[in-house]
Amino acid sequence: MIGAFETALRSARSADRKVVVPYITGGLGDDWLDAVRAAVDAGADAVEIGIPFSDPVMDGPTIQAASDLALRAGTTPVSVFAQLRHVDVGVPLAVMTYYNIAHHMGLERFASTAVDSGVAGAILPDVPLEESEPWCDVADRVGVETIMLAAPTADDDRLARIVARARGFVYAVGLLGVTGVRDHLAASSLEIAGRLKAITDKPVLVGVGVSTPLQAAEVSTVADGVVVGSAVVQRLLDGEGPTGVGEFIGAVRAALDA
Amino acid sequence: MAMTDPTTRGWFGDFGGRFVPETLMPALFELEAAFRDAWNDPIFRAELDDLLTHYAGRPSPLTTCDRLSEELGVEVVLKREDLNHTGSHKINNVLGQALLARRMGKTRLVAETGAGQHGVATATAAALMGMECIVYMGEVDMARQELNVFRMRLLGAEVTAAASGSRTLKDAVNEAMRHWVAVVEDTHYCLGSVMGPHPYPWMVREFQRVIGDEARTQCLSRLGRLPDVVAACVGGGSNAAGIFSGFADTDAQLVGVEPAGGAAVTRAVPGVVHGSRSFLMQDEHGQVLEAESISAGLDYPGVGPEHSHLAAIGRARYETVTDAEVIEAFQLLSRTEGIIPALEPAHALAWISRARGELAGTLVLLNLSGRGDKDVGQMMGILG
Ligand SMILES: Cc1ncc(COP(=O)(O)O)c(C=O)c1O
Repeated sequence: MIGAFETALRSARSADRKVVVPYITGGLGDDWLDAVRAAVDAGADAVEIGIPFSDPVMDGPTIQAASDLALRAGTTPVSVFAQLRHVDVGVPLAVMTYYNIAHHMGLERFASTAVDSGVAGAILPDVPLEESEPWCDVADRVGVETIMLAAPTADDDRLARIVARARGFVYAVGLLGVTGVRDHLAASSLEIAGRLKAITDKPVLVGVGVSTPLQAAEVSTVADGVVVGSAVVQRLLDGEGPTGVGEFIGAVRAALDA
Repeated sequence: MAMTDPTTRGWFGDFGGRFVPETLMPALFELEAAFRDAWNDPIFRAELDDLLTHYAGRPSPLTTCDRLSEELGVEVVLKREDLNHTGSHKINNVLGQALLARRMGKTRLVAETGAGQHGVATATAAALMGMECIVYMGEVDMARQELNVFRMRLLGAEVTAAASGSRTLKDAVNEAMRHWVAVVEDTHYCLGSVMGPHPYPWMVREFQRVIGDEARTQCLSRLGRLPDVVAACVGGGSNAAGIFSGFADTDAQLVGVEPAGGAAVTRAVPGVVHGSRSFLMQDEHGQVLEAESISAGLDYPGVGPEHSHLAAIGRARYETVTDAEVIEAFQLLSRTEGIIPALEPAHALAWISRARGELAGTLVLLNLSGRGDKDVGQMMGILG
């Protein structure tokens, strides 16, 4: 069965629309939900909500700083879910966090809290294929789409197995490295998008190192769209607030539609 | 019961695994295959033995302690890892990993370090083999172990401050992993303890088992018997795993000693960080807590997965000691035996000293994992 997240991305593709999925750290400022809404109003097709973790090894300085701020403001997994429960932004949501958060809450409880909060998908970047079974069994049963990461280091056989396990979309890691704003689009992002598109009909979005509207448009000549994280979060850290996020996502939308 | 190999997926009972970003998985498979191959290759083993003997100074002695034993009423013998080149047991693991990295065609080593001993050992091996070396160290630790920062730089390594989080060992591991994700194709991550994703907990234990194997032979030849108790400090747990592996199949009681402010095993709450499922200090939401210890080398909220397993099945016992007890023990060994220990193994001695009633009449083997030179400046500040 195809879930709400994947359904939304597939219908965008059928309408020849490239998708943009911004990442926003849950609990970053009192108005983080307004930033989510602003992103959607500006044309985001889905939103990835970060549940901050103390030791985010897949994240660079920007998202680390955002996570630290949110944690120091008292943000917890439960508080992020509780706030999401009261909003319907009109596009599917995924949470992105590290495995210990789900493991500590209990996989069953984490998954059902996500569903109760209107969350359709989950990204756990420190759970590779080999460790995914306990979580995926629960997520499949409870109805959370597990978005799998596919990296440039994987061989073809591994990519095929990752794609088979992915729900929602396949998250193509654009470069060797952690999240963060980059000046140039890495050649590896086009390459990994191409390798994935050649073997799957599932939506393929490139994230990590996609920082500008132009980069988003360039990589979306191959991919079905992009995940933009640090470039969005940096605007919030710089005090630009929901307006700044809306303007940025609007610019990405325009570049993708051009 | 011997300390056996983990499952093919890297589990010791309910602990272990490979919880890392997807980007690193192929490198972990490659490392595991290379290690299996090398460990079964007599040529690699001979090369490593040669380095351990003629470069690191092995075998390290077993020292009996008349004055200490008399004062405590417990017969204590020391396995002298403090006499190794670079001053601790860390060199055993590093020489193994550096040889392996070279065999795999890697040209750079990246490492994390707490007290700086693992960083110094890695910088040393990199200098020896003509490899590039980059070491991540928490900002707080760079200040309290500045001598080791200087040593690493002298050896040609680049030392980078980990300025996030608690700015200690945990954050240095995060930074080293983030760096590795970006440079995984030509760089080997030389992890310093029996922690992290498979195959590290197993591989590092195998490189450290030389401590236990030697100690067992030495106990039998010098003392004519096996120890009743084997005690070691536990940060990530590599010196403990190394000495335990020589005695796990005997009747000896195995005791790991953690700092009170970094007592992952004693608290016994499982979690997942830095690549494996193991006991982990965390708050009620699953955020990792910051450890707090006088010793930079034990200032770590987690522990290697095999220790969690040994605790869970009851094969090893884990105790905690306070900073004040450690300061006492540091002075005790200096005064009674003329051996200034590192603060880390002073934890194990602090436990022996406290448990002396229970231990009376037994033979206790203490793994003296490192020497105290690096800690003298810090202790000058404390003791005045
Ligand atoms: C002398 C010494 N002993 C012990 C440790 C702790 O590490 P492990 O628990 O892996 O032996 C360190 C770490 O820096 C150390 O320098």
